[in-house]
Amino acid sequence: MQNLIKQRFYKVIPHQVDFCSLRYLEERSEKLLVRKNVAEPPLSRHDVGVMLTVIDKGGLGYAATSDLSESGLREAMRRAQLWAKREKTVIDFSKVAMPQERGSYQSVLEKPWNSLSIADKLDLLHSESAQCYLNDKIVDWQTSLWFLQTEQLYLTHEGGEIRQSHQYLIPEIRVIANQGVNTQYRTFSESTYGRQGGLEILDHTGFVGKGQQLAEEALQLLAAPNCPSECMDIMLAPDQMILQIHESIGHPLELDRILGDERNYAGTSFVTLDMFGTYQYGSPLLNVTFDPTLPEQLASYGFDDEGLPAEKTYIIREGVLKTPLGGVMSQARTGLSGVANARAMSWNRPPIDRMANLNVEQGNSTLDEMIASIERGIFMKTNLSWSIDDSRNKFQFGCEWGQLIEKGELTQVVKNPNYRGISATFWRNLKKVGNQETFEVLGVPYCGKGEPNQIIRVGHASPVCLFTDVDVFGGV
Amino acid sequence: MQDYFYALADFMDKQLQDDEVYLCELTAEQSEFVRFNQGHIRQPGSVEQRYLEIDLIKKQCCVTGQLALSGSMHTDHERVATLFSELRDKLQHLQDDPYLFYATEVHSTESIGTNQLPAEALTEIVSSVQAHDFVGIYASGGIFTGFANSLGQRNWHSSYNFNLDWSFYHSKDKAVKSAYAGCHWETLIFQDKITQALAQLEILKRKPHTITPGPYRVYLSPTALYEILQLLSWDGFGLKAQRTKASALLKMLETPAQHLHSSVTLTENTAQGIAPAFQSEGFIRPAQVPLISQGVYDSALVSPRSAKEYGVKTNGANDEETPLSFDLAAGDFQKADILKTLDTGIYINNLWYLNYSDRAACRMTGMTRFATFWVEKGEIVAPLNVMRFDETLYNILGDKLIALTKEREFIIETDTYEKRSTGSARLPGALVEDFSFTL
Repeated sequence: MQNLIKQRFYKVIPHQVDFCSLRYLEERSEKLLVRKNVAEPPLSRHDVGVMLTVIDKGGLGYAATSDLSESGLREAMRRAQLWAKREKTVIDFSKVAMPQERGSYQSVLEKPWNSLSIADKLDLLHSESAQCYLNDKIVDWQTSLWFLQTEQLYLTHEGGEIRQSHQYLIPEIRVIANQGVNTQYRTFSESTYGRQGGLEILDHTGFVGKGQQLAEEALQLLAAPNCPSECMDIMLAPDQMILQIHESIGHPLELDRILGDERNYAGTSFVTLDMFGTYQYGSPLLNVTFDPTLPEQLASYGFDDEGLPAEKTYIIREGVLKTPLGGVMSQARTGLSGVANARAMSWNRPPIDRMANLNVEQGNSTLDEMIASIERGIFMKTNLSWSIDDSRNKFQFGCEWGQLIEKGELTQVVKNPNYRGISATFWRNLKKVGNQETFEVLGVPYCGKGEPNQIIRVGHASPVCLFTDVDVFGGV
Repeated sequence: MQDYFYALADFMDKQLQDDEVYLCELTAEQSEFVRFNQGHIRQPGSVEQRYLEIDLIKKQCCVTGQLALSGSMHTDHERVATLFSELRDKLQHLQDDPYLFYATEVHSTESIGTNQLPAEALTEIVSSVQAHDFVGIYASGGIFTGFANSLGQRNWHSSYNFNLDWSFYHSKDKAVKSAYAGCHWETLIFQDKITQALAQLEILKRKPHTITPGPYRVYLSPTALYEILQLLSWDGFGLKAQRTKASALLKMLETPAQHLHSSVTLTENTAQGIAPAFQSEGFIRPAQVPLISQGVYDSALVSPRSAKEYGVKTNGANDEETPLSFDLAAGDFQKADILKTLDTGIYINNLWYLNYSDRAACRMTGMTRFATFWVEKGEIVAPLNVMRFDETLYNILGDKLIALTKEREFIIETDTYEKRSTGSARLPGALVEDFSFTL
């Protein structure tokens, strides 16, 4: 199909435009879900379409269609040209040097999705589901596998040609325990454990056996006291760190937010263009990278959706803000160097600045050393609630699991743990960064942003991290 | 589009074997999206998309497939036939689904929108805003939803609307947010909204006021209240969430004495909304479903699957059991008296990024955003620097609710994730005592 699309694209390229491109995306997915030991109808999805983009005489326009015939592409090209004729644009787009790269990228795969039959995969989910029910206080539980496969082709009028192929597996186990007006959750969440690859991800993430563990922990939470309210040290597990990185480093550093594109919806940023190179974002222990090179991570790729090659880049080094998250367009608008992060959720949405993989690099503290260093604190894991202001400064996050740390030891489990703070000061209170043994590669499949709205897959990897003087509180 | 879908349904009728049944839903749109920043065009474009979802059912087994249609009948016949074959292969491996439930009585309906969209709203928008720091999106075009099944039911719903969702910025995070949505563009209405927003923008030029955390009397505009109801709609009103104890209304469900203020009557009002009155298993939604009546929990939204699982009747809810057409009954408080009654407090036009601090207690947090004002002695004094609140619903619309306004606003959802939303809400504003700010 891709070669046919290529032939048709070259037939419909208009004369005398400054730039035009075609972005083809085909996505196949399948989701299997067993809830309370009953399999729900399997859901498969096959999506395919193209977006044509034209830059001409300073204007830019796009048109997206699922009609892949030559006439369909021709009509879309005509509409994109009409949009490009619109005046009063934010910049002269003709001055942007659009990439014209050639290359390819493919996910690394060990066990293909289809190496197990649908019956075997459902058996696996049934088996894990059966482990979740421990007693009548476990009121709901479900297990699921979500597989996705994408094929992308990006062509430019001057011969740029990029082919990329990705496969993802996103597993989930979710358990709810209840007693009266007390409900507690434990999840091995699809918002956390998605990776590139195939069924080997189940082994790598410890999926099997997780159901019973989560159910036991949910029951522990049900019997636990509320998290106390006080200012204390807080140690965050990787499955909460990803949210902290995402909301209070990732979004504020997206160049399109800093440029104001998102102010009507996703918001602006407390970060300004003059901060790059000098601003002390966090303590000297903080090192953050844009890293598309970890093959298993959710947003690893060779090129972004405007054809820019992706490479590992330090965003924050030893606490100092270095590089913004901005693709070709944002780099042209600001004069700053950025990264290859212009990405679109599908063929029917235009690329905008996104996070891709944004990771906190590992430090050298062991978990035991971190715990032993805490006089009074709390260990929190698994994000449950998240809220942050539109400048990405005042945040409040909640976790499923809390465990107090007293005089250097993990002690009482507590329920409903929350904490709040301000991004600009929170990262400067980073006291210890865990070593490789505490480091996990995780990912979030649902990052929302943009007008029109887009959801996209992003990756975050992090060790366990320790912060001082954080405002912690519990439930009602 | 309707003829195309029905012709495709006729083709699907012929694909069935033995005692198979199919259900299918079309969701399609022809949209124009024009994005603005600083009064100029940032990203303009068109999207034409058509998705078909097919449930293939044999006895008590079901499998679902979604595909993108091309719009060419020959190509789409091939795609649909291939999908049927793939679904049939999977059916062999499935066990009976005890909760499979779909409409077996035929209720065909038709609601056809008229295209009165303006040919050239964009020129007027650009000329009206280019001198200002204007940011937002203009979305317009046709939205089409169809249902068909092999029992002969056919349903169609089409609408053509526009939604201009924008903000005027003064500086940093100080802005006025507004929206103009409808089916027929009227210059006078648009210009009036521009004028009103620019007037509020003048207030934002004053030195901003910062408050210390604590309880304050507040006015929540209908738009701000909508943010609260949207959070509640996430697992709040569905039967599954209620039976699995995940509902944020858990305390109301488990504790009969726990209720909201008697002036709170909340309804899923399909008859007055803009969403289709049918759903993907072929059930027709009732005109109204009372969710909360005079402060007391009334009924849940029940999807066909939950109906079968819990042995109750469905009321045509979607799979997620979320409201699509919120209706909060008007109060008796005059909008003109808001500032006077607020006396000293906060006028909140918008809330943002709500989530739960303690879901079981329906305690929620979120931020003020856009034009939120500090009021003293019944006068707007200054814009307020953003604040985080943390408060329970049982205070906001319960013990601490002073009044709901007599006037209501009709809000058309601006959500465009995957497709343009057909959600809406008709809401009053709310005057609330001791609303807690924390950061």
